[in-house]
Amino acid sequence: MSIKVLHSGLLTTVQDIGRYGYQKYGVIVSGAMDSYSLRLANILVGNKENEATLEITIYGTTLQFEEDMLIAITGGDFLTTIDGTIAPLWRPVLVKKNSILKFHSAIKGSRAYIAFAGGIDIPQMMESKSTYIRASIGGFQGRALQKGDKLNIGVKSTLSEALLQHLDDKNIPWSVNFNELINFKQEPIIRVLEGTEFDRFDKESQQTFFQEPYTLTVQSDRMGYRLEGPSLSLSEKFELLSEGVTFGTIQIPPSGQPIILMADRQTTGGYPKFGQVISADLPSLAQLQPSSTIRFKEVSLKEAETVLLKNEQFIHNLKTAIHYKLFH
Amino acid sequence: MPHQQIKATMKPLGDSALIVQLGEGMNPTIHEKVKNVSELLTNHPFEGFIELVPAYNNITVYYNPYIVHTSQLGASTAFVKVANHINHLVEQVKSSKNESPRTVSIPVCYGGELGPDLENVAQYHNMTPEEVIQIHSGEECLVYMLGFAPGFPFMGGMDTRIATPRKETPRLSIPPGSVGIAGKQTGIYPLETPGGWQIIGRTPLDLFLPKMSPPTLLQPGDQIKFVPISPSEYLEYKEMKQ
Repeated sequence: MSIKVLHSGLLTTVQDIGRYGYQKYGVIVSGAMDSYSLRLANILVGNKENEATLEITIYGTTLQFEEDMLIAITGGDFLTTIDGTIAPLWRPVLVKKNSILKFHSAIKGSRAYIAFAGGIDIPQMMESKSTYIRASIGGFQGRALQKGDKLNIGVKSTLSEALLQHLDDKNIPWSVNFNELINFKQEPIIRVLEGTEFDRFDKESQQTFFQEPYTLTVQSDRMGYRLEGPSLSLSEKFELLSEGVTFGTIQIPPSGQPIILMADRQTTGGYPKFGQVISADLPSLAQLQPSSTIRFKEVSLKEAETVLLKNEQFIHNLKTAIHYKLFH
Repeated sequence: MPHQQIKATMKPLGDSALIVQLGEGMNPTIHEKVKNVSELLTNHPFEGFIELVPAYNNITVYYNPYIVHTSQLGASTAFVKVANHINHLVEQVKSSKNESPRTVSIPVCYGGELGPDLENVAQYHNMTPEEVIQIHSGEECLVYMLGFAPGFPFMGGMDTRIATPRKETPRLSIPPGSVGIAGKQTGIYPLETPGGWQIIGRTPLDLFLPKMSPPTLLQPGDQIKFVPISPSEYLEYKEMKQ
């Protein structure tokens, strides 16, 4: 079973939930920018939720299926068609042999995920299939997909087989209310916790950041989001030794313009950390289109955890519901 | 033997990680604590533990708050639960002197095309390039941590007589194996990356070994001895690898 790449698009890479356990060696985590969309795509085709998918960026990717295949497309809405007909998103779909799937252009969001029942059959590198382009490891030959590449698909789980049997069952309402998890609005409010060096910034910076809008510049990528807006400054200059950072860390380099660390971030950093985007809002941040405006809101650690636990419960319930409907 | 009292303070790094602070600044004694606590935590993880990253004077601990919550009773935040676990462990750290550190020799071809900033560094200190080489390869350095890129060693203990500020404009691309100086630190680039360090030479060794376990040539705690080699020896090393 395989898939042929007819057009690579802007940037299409194999990504799973990420490469964990190797940050102490300086190996970056990588993985899906929008982990909720990745997990839901996998759940909808009966895969393990951390299985590898394709992450498609903004537009242009075109794939051809060499066999009948069960897939699910989640994340941004890229005006996706199967043989010219609009493809349904956020539900399992059976695509026929030789059909062509095309992601035209982003109407909403900036990253789409496509999961294949059986997963992508490529070797794991350091316990993950995620692509780490700079080190040329993981994913498909350690690089982004190119025209002519062929991806092999793995063996379907019993859950995937059961899903396939029930696809046409009108009693099963195949839909996921993804709005519960991801905010696709144009000017989202991103919730932020105080960073470890928040107190080192002057009063004005501490207030301005939460009052004024920031723009996502076009120099943003999977490694980091560079923002443009009011400059943030320290009360007095100080030197910081390098230490661990994480997904969503808001660093302030000497320019005063914030950088938010994303999926392909370095493992350590030496810039002062002004804030930290809450985990539950990282997928919404990942879906922002370049030049979008963002507003930030300060929340407490307790609030951040409450939202995160609510979202995890939502995903857990969805898994249970699919299982129940298929086997009862 | 009296126990070495270790004091740890915890601060959240967002909602899914925390920093265990074990001291300030850069010195081998604090680094020893970082190593001991890291080892203890790796051997006694809590439910929901993902991984940890040791640094100069602290450890970043990554966890899954959902698993921490569902595996431990109580209304407090996952941060408090994890912090309690770590505090409890830190109390048990004994002043065990680790077995003597490994010394790893790193052959370096200094200057020329492989070390384009050697002349600048020498001029900056009113020395000859030979003196810089002699000083850089004279004393052993300690690997404090790995970060920035896979297998990139942050080293301390370089002779401060050759401490040199970073370049004003970083290079867009630095070849793998390049040995550089940034302030009082010296380091080696494992992959081709942009960077602002003063490049004084290059080693033919691979620092990132993705198919090995562990996947890096150097580990925190290693003592590094730089050994000057000639351009022809450099080429011999390179050929031997193929």
